Amino acid sequence: MTALAFDVNGRTQSVDVDPATPLLYVLRDDLRLNGAKFGCGLGQCGACTVIVDHGAVLSCITPVSLVVGRRVRTVEGLGRADRPGPVQQAFIDEQAAQCGYCIAGMVMRAQALLERTPNPTDDEIRREMAINLCRCGTHLRILRAVRRAASLLAASVRSSAP
Amino acid sequence: MTARVDRAARRRLLAAGGAIVVSFPLRAAPLARTSAASAPVAQLPGSLKSEPFIDGWIRIDALGGITVFTGKAELGQGIKTALIQVAAEQLLVDPRRVAIVAADTERTPDEGYTAGSHSMQDSGTAIRLAAAQTRAILASRAAMRFGVGVEDVLLRDGVASAGVHRAGYGELVTGEVLHVRARADAPLRDPRSHFVSGKAWSRIDIPAKVSGAAAYVQDLRLEGMVHGRVLRPAGPNATLGSFDASAIAALPGVLKVVQDGRFVGVVAQREWQAVVAWRRMTQIARWDETPSLPLPGTLYRSLREAPSEDSVIAERGTPPLDATTSISAAYRRPYQAHASIGPSCAVARVAGNTCTVWSHTQGVFPLRKAIAELLRLPAEQVRCIHVEGSGCYGHNGADDVAADAALLARAWPGRPVRVQWMREDEHAWEPYGPPMIAELRATLDASGAIVDWAHDVWSNPHSTRPGGAGDLLAGTLVADAFVPTLPKPLPQPEGGGDRNAIPLYAFPSLRITHHFLPRMPLRTSALRSLGAYHNVFAIESFMDELARAGKVDPIDFRLRHMRDPRAQAVIGLAAERFGWTAWRPRAGRGRGFAFARYKNLAAYAAIAMEVEVRRDSGAVRVVRAVAATDSGEIVNPDGIRNQIEGGIVQATSWTLFEAVAFDATRVTSRDWGGYPILRFPQAPGSIDVHLVDRPGEPFLGTGEAAQGPAAAAIANGVADAVGVRLRDIPFTPARVREALAA
Amino acid sequence: MSSAAPRRGPAPWLRASRVLVVLVALALGALALAWRPVIDPVDPPAASAFAPELVRRGAQLAGVGNCAACHTRPEGPSLAGGVALSTPFGVVYGTNITPEPETGIGRWSEAAFVRAMRRGVDREGRHLYPAFPYDHFVRTADEDLHALYAYLMTRDAVRAPAPENRLLFPLGFRPLIAGWKLLFLDTEPLAPNPRSSAEWNRGAYLVQSLGHCSSCHSPREVLGNEDRVRYLDGGDAEGWTVPALNVKSPSPLPWNVEQLVSYLRTGIARDHAIAGGPMQGVVAGLATASAADVLAIAVYIDSTLGSPTPSRQDLAKASRARASQPTLPPAVGPGDATLALGSNVYAHACAACHDAGRGPSSSSALQLPLAVAVHDPDPRSLIRIVLGGIRPIDANAGRWMPAFGDALTDEQLVALLAYLRRAAAGAPPWPDVAARVREVRTEPPA
Repeated sequence: MTALAFDVNGRTQSVDVDPATPLLYVLRDDLRLNGAKFGCGLGQCGACTVIVDHGAVLSCITPVSLVVGRRVRTVEGLGRADRPGPVQQAFIDEQAAQCGYCIAGMVMRAQALLERTPNPTDDEIRREMAINLCRCGTHLRILRAVRRAASLLAASVRSSAP
Repeated sequence: MTARVDRAARRRLLAAGGAIVVSFPLRAAPLARTSAASAPVAQLPGSLKSEPFIDGWIRIDALGGITVFTGKAELGQGIKTALIQVAAEQLLVDPRRVAIVAADTERTPDEGYTAGSHSMQDSGTAIRLAAAQTRAILASRAAMRFGVGVEDVLLRDGVASAGVHRAGYGELVTGEVLHVRARADAPLRDPRSHFVSGKAWSRIDIPAKVSGAAAYVQDLRLEGMVHGRVLRPAGPNATLGSFDASAIAALPGVLKVVQDGRFVGVVAQREWQAVVAWRRMTQIARWDETPSLPLPGTLYRSLREAPSEDSVIAERGTPPLDATTSISAAYRRPYQAHASIGPSCAVARVAGNTCTVWSHTQGVFPLRKAIAELLRLPAEQVRCIHVEGSGCYGHNGADDVAADAALLARAWPGRPVRVQWMREDEHAWEPYGPPMIAELRATLDASGAIVDWAHDVWSNPHSTRPGGAGDLLAGTLVADAFVPTLPKPLPQPEGGGDRNAIPLYAFPSLRITHHFLPRMPLRTSALRSLGAYHNVFAIESFMDELARAGKVDPIDFRLRHMRDPRAQAVIGLAAERFGWTAWRPRAGRGRGFAFARYKNLAAYAAIAMEVEVRRDSGAVRVVRAVAATDSGEIVNPDGIRNQIEGGIVQATSWTLFEAVAFDATRVTSRDWGGYPILRFPQAPGSIDVHLVDRPGEPFLGTGEAAQGPAAAAIANGVADAVGVRLRDIPFTPARVREALAA
Repeated sequence: MSSAAPRRGPAPWLRASRVLVVLVALALGALALAWRPVIDPVDPPAASAFAPELVRRGAQLAGVGNCAACHTRPEGPSLAGGVALSTPFGVVYGTNITPEPETGIGRWSEAAFVRAMRRGVDREGRHLYPAFPYDHFVRTADEDLHALYAYLMTRDAVRAPAPENRLLFPLGFRPLIAGWKLLFLDTEPLAPNPRSSAEWNRGAYLVQSLGHCSSCHSPREVLGNEDRVRYLDGGDAEGWTVPALNVKSPSPLPWNVEQLVSYLRTGIARDHAIAGGPMQGVVAGLATASAADVLAIAVYIDSTLGSPTPSRQDLAKASRARASQPTLPPAVGPGDATLALGSNVYAHACAACHDAGRGPSSSSALQLPLAVAVHDPDPRSLIRIVLGGIRPIDANAGRWMPAFGDALTDEQLVALLAYLRRAAAGAPPWPDVAARVREVRTEPPA
């Protein structure tokens, strides 16, 4: 097997795995990143959501061979527990988690959405987030968190503008 | 139910109770009133009964590091945070200095199962008293060492001081010092000076979970760990016809193929290799299937015809002879799934004659016993360690996958074997919330008041937790199979299928009968709120039907029959905040109301909803929900709101979408496509929760209070919107369209 | 040169004015031809004026007609209009056909409704754009129109004015439509075929009237009219390639009536791909139609599909053979690098599900040699399926294919399409797949 190289959270990673291995298992098992989670392996629940280039992608159905040479981002790349990024901060502020298993996927989907549409309407948020399932019923808090993240992101863009 | 305590004890109770923070309410526990000198073990409250020694709960190491031990498991409800707060409060330290060890058969007390509403009562009580006593010990030892009076010792954040004297906690308690019995009268801190307990403390686990820290059993990575998958039979009565194990053994990375009767599994070096092997196994295995499940459309008939153990759980009065109107209705609910977002997972390691299992089970001690039986080992040689999983909402596949891991680990000894259930495994094999039928009949007098009430409920078991090896799926699949424990109904006042079947209304005459159906074509067990979801759905739908028949406002009708003042209060509050009397009908929109007191002894919840029904597609949507709850004295308002919001959303999903699909031989809903649940576009428009605070009253369990009322509020709203009465859950668009066309 | 006096015709101004008069006369004549009278408004009829059985029948027929596709915005109020229909001539908005008096059809008498359906003229005499398929509805029987009127008049009234159409100049001038109708609106009633069964005739009637299937399943000519000669040769809808329903059907396997009924009612039939794109809405509508009518439609379509020709029989045999292999063959031949990439993409991303054959879970999906999209004359439908996936609408239970749009680069997608065309369909390559992919990727969101 030839080594497959791609960027993960700003660093080039190179793995020597079966190219058909879904990105999810490469991230978790080879790169030891926990954010993306196994929820279904069928592309139906969004727990495995990561960002590839500019789009939110379901890593459980994306073979690692497709992301060679591309840029992958996971929650670990957005911030740390002691220094959360704006979207993560919004989820913490709204205490938008019960069991928390779906939350990393929600954060990545929200991040991708807000990068594309900085000021989404409620309907747009609901439609965009629809692929991500939450079983605990935290939906309304998550929606509030995404709205809050929109304003936090806008503020951080403003504050970093020259 | 509130315990009867006198004023002084009540104050002590308050001092105790007021301290506890969190989503978990504390039930009033009768306090020991004997003197400190002779506090027998039997009178120790909470889990101190089973672990009376302080150091079972609190340890302080030489460097002053504090560790709290609890037998309860973190289910995502924030129990760890809460217990840390309790301990930190009594020990006068910053909660961030306190570590917690939860649910480990080798290290923590045995506190049975973690079932929501009892955690704080059992574990919180014990830890609070143990920590308080530890503080007293620290103070007295510091006093001895400094040569001062105890009252001159100041304890703060890990250090005891008096004037120039200082000593860290770790220097003061060494060795066996904490190995003393707890006391029921340990001096609790004055609630007025609480600095952390009773405060809204952010959950400690959320920052880690949004940034990818290892938090779940699925994230465990142990040295030398290998990966397993199991191949489940095609259906509950399927036997293995043909299976070429050698074809699987030849796949890349496969270390071992295990076949023992109908238990089939594979161990592979890497996870993806295990998944590939699993796929291949699924394709090549041939199963001989015997029909054992009810044919489509016959589920409810088969329930009514199944052998039942009948018991009258409540009876009073006699039905009047001169009744004017008698109305009856039947309400039904199918198999519904926990459908946890993260399919169940466990890691096990067998070495020599010992086995260690890491699991998200709700009961490490019962699981240990069952796995020991499965492996035919003494229980002391099996260790179960709880690690958090995704929300389980009751008895899901956690225990079963632990058994799978133990068997595969035995086949590949010396290395940790991680078994992850696939989505299809979880959907097809988890124990379901059982199908239920509730038949209600009421008699009204000339004035329209209910004078007689009958409620018959048919249900499979709501609890099949281990138990023994026969209650683990693998235990029933191995060649030398174990026999499941004979299911028994859970007794009142909690109940199982009959939970909340007894109405809180003051009907002069009633008869409530539970028809327990022990035979399970598909395995069933506890799903959040157990029978309360369906019984409250039935009762509150029926109340609405009766009100409508008499052309009476549904809320007035309920108040007419309700004597409990706290119930009246939440009913009134929800109605008022919803704007019930100002409501103006709109095409396609309706309002619905429902009320219940969970188990008739826990929290009160009244829910008013505005729902929208689309006549073209049959889609039902909750536009807004307004809830009023009474959980006794409020400890953490945000925690209660979270439980109620989550409960309403989850119940909306059950009520509008969910039904396990099956044919004569197997479950056919194996993924989210086949078992759709609520997604963001279908989530309610808004949920407002209004809390009634009752300082001084005992704390009441709230986590399962919203489900039943939510279901009925939806049904009542639909009836109001489009004039059709839906009695069969779920209210899928197709069903709604059919009802509209009829 | 003779010395005769010069002949004098009419003066230039007179000549010009005569031409003008003729032109004006022609124009006035055309306008006169185009003119339609106003039908007097009525008070909105009470819902109770219509028998429930009639309303039910109308609901079933509305399911066949799939009114919602053009008259109900996604998640919007039922039949209240506002749906943008892209045509080559600009954007036309579906109108509000709820019984609301001011912005809907609440003041339309039954006669006005019938005239709209059969002649494409609204109550006030304005011509309606043939995006509204009255070229089909013209054939609807009296009793069916009667039931539909009852159905529409008993819906919830919603106040919602339709947005202004945005048409290329001068098509905003409605009287021009009269000319179109002169050429293309065939008002001849349908004659049943005495040699066919009642069921077939019912199906023929439904398909050609309310079903308006050929609106999508036939090609259109430059003026937007259906090409009658190439009836059911296949067409376009909302950017999807719509397959032929006649001898030119690209379906790899033949259909029978039972499969057609299953597909039309549920969107899925054994050995055939699931319904995607606009067909999902059609299926949703047919789910509410009467079983007898759906069967009739299936009987008719079965006949238009006809017995498979020898070449289609060969295709069926080859497709079954390919589908019975454990996986698709690796790529060989011209364009090797692209095909090799496509082969890898298939093997890594698609094969896990699509090699397995359709099983109970969505992770066992139809083998692609049996999927019509790879056999279509152009790749647009396949592109949309791969980019967007197919999932059940309205939270129904059903099969689920995830979207791969963000996972695949254009290069990977183009390679995959080329590979599938060769290895799954065994057909000649589609021309300019890269351009088709770019078109779909860059089109504005709906």
